[in-house]
Amino acid sequence: MKKRIATVSLAGCFGCHMSLLDIDERLLDLLQQVEFDRTPLNDLKRFTRHCDIGLVEGGCCNEENVYTLQEFRRNCDVLIAVGQCAVMGGLPVMRNAIMHSEDPLRECLETAYLNSDKIYNPSNRIPSDEALPLLLDKVYTLADVVKVDYQIPGCPPSGETLWNILEALLAGRPVELTYEQLRYD
Amino acid sequence: MPDNPYSNGGKMEKSVVSVCQRYANDRTRLLDILLDIQHELKGITPAAMEVVAQRTGITRVEVEGVVSFYAFLSSEIKGERMIRVCDDIIDRQKGGREIAQIFAQELGVAVGGNSADGRFSLEYTPFLGMSDQAPSVMINDTIFTALTREKARRICSRLREGAEPADLVERYGDGNNAHLLIRSEVTNNIRHAGEVLLNTLDANAGLIRSLGSQPQAILDELDKAGLAGRGGAGFPTGRKWRVAADTRADRSYIICNADEGEPGTFKDRVLLTERADLMIAGMTVAAYSVNSTAGIIYLRAEYAYLRPWLKSVLQHRREQGLLGRAILGREGFDFDIRIQMGAGAYICGEESALISSCEGLRGEPKNRPPFPVEAGYLGYPTIVDNVETFCCAARIMELGSAWFGSIGTGRSTGTKLFSVSGDCTYPGVYELPFGTSVQQLLKQVDAPDAAALLVGGPSGQMINMSQFERRLCLEDLPTGGSVMVFSKRRNLLEIVDQYLQFFIDESCGYCTPCRVGNVFLKKRIEKVRKGLCELEDMDYLKELGRTIAMTSRCGLGHTSPNLVLSTMQNFPLVYAVLLKEHGDGLQASFDIQSALEESRRLAKRRSMIYDPNYDEA
Amino acid sequence: MSDSFKFEIDGVEVLARRGQSIMQAADEAGIYIPRLCDVEGLEPQGSCRVCVVKQNGRVVSACTQPVIEGSIVENESEEILGYRRDLVRMLYHEGNHLCPICEASGRCELQAMGYRLGITQATKYPYLQPVRPVDASHPDIVLDTNRCILCGRCIRASRDIDKKHVFEYVGRGIRKRVGVNGYNLADTDIALSDRAIDLATCPVGCIIQKGRGFFAPIGERQFDKRPITLGILPVKERSEQ
Repeated sequence: MKKRIATVSLAGCFGCHMSLLDIDERLLDLLQQVEFDRTPLNDLKRFTRHCDIGLVEGGCCNEENVYTLQEFRRNCDVLIAVGQCAVMGGLPVMRNAIMHSEDPLRECLETAYLNSDKIYNPSNRIPSDEALPLLLDKVYTLADVVKVDYQIPGCPPSGETLWNILEALLAGRPVELTYEQLRYD
Repeated sequence: MPDNPYSNGGKMEKSVVSVCQRYANDRTRLLDILLDIQHELKGITPAAMEVVAQRTGITRVEVEGVVSFYAFLSSEIKGERMIRVCDDIIDRQKGGREIAQIFAQELGVAVGGNSADGRFSLEYTPFLGMSDQAPSVMINDTIFTALTREKARRICSRLREGAEPADLVERYGDGNNAHLLIRSEVTNNIRHAGEVLLNTLDANAGLIRSLGSQPQAILDELDKAGLAGRGGAGFPTGRKWRVAADTRADRSYIICNADEGEPGTFKDRVLLTERADLMIAGMTVAAYSVNSTAGIIYLRAEYAYLRPWLKSVLQHRREQGLLGRAILGREGFDFDIRIQMGAGAYICGEESALISSCEGLRGEPKNRPPFPVEAGYLGYPTIVDNVETFCCAARIMELGSAWFGSIGTGRSTGTKLFSVSGDCTYPGVYELPFGTSVQQLLKQVDAPDAAALLVGGPSGQMINMSQFERRLCLEDLPTGGSVMVFSKRRNLLEIVDQYLQFFIDESCGYCTPCRVGNVFLKKRIEKVRKGLCELEDMDYLKELGRTIAMTSRCGLGHTSPNLVLSTMQNFPLVYAVLLKEHGDGLQASFDIQSALEESRRLAKRRSMIYDPNYDEA
Repeated sequence: MSDSFKFEIDGVEVLARRGQSIMQAADEAGIYIPRLCDVEGLEPQGSCRVCVVKQNGRVVSACTQPVIEGSIVENESEEILGYRRDLVRMLYHEGNHLCPICEASGRCELQAMGYRLGITQATKYPYLQPVRPVDASHPDIVLDTNRCILCGRCIRASRDIDKKHVFEYVGRGIRKRVGVNGYNLADTDIALSDRAIDLATCPVGCIIQKGRGFFAPIGERQFDKRPITLGILPVKERSEQ
């Protein structure tokens, strides 16, 4: 039976997904062995069945990220944090550097939308449409919110790294990375 | 531009210059200089640091490094009256935090701040050494014990009127506590006097006998007596002194460690009050045996109220020919002692950190080797021993090793002073032979409800009732003196949590495992207490505790995980009832509701996902 | 020569001279013991603890511990490697180490130590995420102590080599940090030519030279291809050179 894989990008930049595409023609090998369930690669927005492996890119900065991550945890046997944002917050986590101020979220939004001289925002309002998920008080790593089985650091992890790990996982072998494949940047 | 922090108020500069001159602008006396400035100006501002730096020939940031290390020094100006409320667990259990609130309300000052008029400052301090008469408070240098709300209010009202703290003492304690130079309400609470230290004795007999024998004979006598250091580690005293004696150097130093900082220990307080002469005689014996000319008594800042007394004892001894030049008429044997005040740092009870502190440095332990007995204070061989150890040494020289060795157990000879506090009828100091069982001690202190015993302070072991047969000695349960009794109604995890905070606050931060690891330990214990942990978190605590204990640089980190590890081992149920298997893979510690609270408020709407009644809003 | 004697590191016999630290003797023998706070030319400090080894069963820091004649030293045992991983993780979690945006990435010794020790598995420690001000007051130098691992290399370089003592530890415990001798860095006599500012002094991206970030392309940076050994080569590779 083919293994089922789901992937998603939370507070990430899709760079890790692009990296997955960097395995090039080996994608065909991969498709021989696995079936993709929910993933932006096939545009499936909901899980159709329980999956073996979930690859999650990005950390959690809003409620929808949390909801999606919890859904992934419930629907995947093995959950893998892919990339620096998923592992430790990545670039979005820089906003936590103001979390010790009196009113951190307000300060963050006002700097982003109102007060910076680099901003063009004629309405002078902070976006707050109902369709926008609420922001969390700070950025959380995946492991803050759910239990994570493996983590693959890198910004992004290279296609080689991802392929190496997926191949080992599918074959039930322990993962062995070469020196060049383990990167935090 | 902000105000120039270096603008020198003329008055400040004058005072600082005069303080520096008092110590001959000596960089190694930096701690004394800073303590005097703190005392006179109520703080050491960046401008004052600059003046000290110029005078002592170091850089300003070095001065800041020292100021910021010690809890009793501050870079901000504090009030005329500094009120320090003891926040040890025993004091807390006796209502210390309520007492702090009374001071806060009555004097209009928040804990950690100054009153609006700048007259009063209020702080918590980790341990004042008064567990047997808790709760306790220190106001400037004066100690107040057994505080009640009424007493705290009376003190506050007199303080508001401008009274001197020393004038607020309502009754004097027993023994020398009532002496003109102490006049403290501290009581000794000597509950059992043993034959070595607390019974009636002649303080100088041992010294006089020593001077009649060869230095070598003294070392032999200590070896034969089997005297082990009383601070807790139990290193053989004779061996320590012998290394110092055998190390070739121009001079050597004798330091008495009176920095009794292990929470729950207060026996040195009693020795310093009642057996100062014996302790100094012991130091003098050490000086004679290793040919040393100078000694230091390192007195913890919390015991500043004993300083005038100790100074007078030293002076009296000089006048009697027991200290100073040609001691007891013996030409060529000169030895004198100065008092070095500490400034609020538990780590300075560690001998090499204590030496750093005496040298005017940050109170960080030194790398070993070389050991202090080879190269210690200012690079010279230095003997550092506990107050009680010097007292024992003097008694051994008086009555002989056979007498001393006949008391106690094989490896732990003599008697030991135990400071007992907590849930018992008779807290206080007990001098008992080494090897006394916990059960026997508990009977004496009358603690029928004892359910847990912390032996050796937070760096020691928490034992359960099935272990009360164990014996207090180096072979079984070692302790520097601290024994805390906890009854069934006490929350053990609260005690663990609080003492982890103690270690976090008191870690010097030098090495990674102690600086960072203890923070991680505490964070996980907090989670356990909230019921957010699973069985695997126990492995996490064990592994982390092991890494901290194994890789830390000094005793603080070697022992800081002990309380976590010993409670896990001896009270597994306390943990087990709080552990939950969740099984859904979600982190119980993550609370989406609180994570969204701020956003809801700012966006003025509710969560479409996590507020079930979203539409009704 | 009665001054030299033998001891063993992981089963390999090594020659040492009296007074040498385990680290010095190992370096001379071409055996690398991982380290962060210790660097050639500065007095060893023994604070990061990454160089811990077991000498005759006792855990000690190799940079400060003298070699004992005939002793057995464990350097790469599972137990010791476990401690080192924990210690490197502690440092990584204590500060804000955002490798993707850090100028030191690729030449950072903390990062390289993580690679060398193969640190990948799920995060076990919490991130402390400190918020310390960044000092960019100086025209040539930036100080971002959020990335500081308190190795004290800048302190020792400035004190012992530059003879300026611009840096010093202030505070204690988890609030301990590196302070500067002035209101800010611009207010000190620090200079770009100081040893304290040399790229080899700060092992992480805490001390940054303005205008000198990202100078080596990815793939050609110091630790991109070779694990950190700080020039200490295994005996085999040495003889090949």
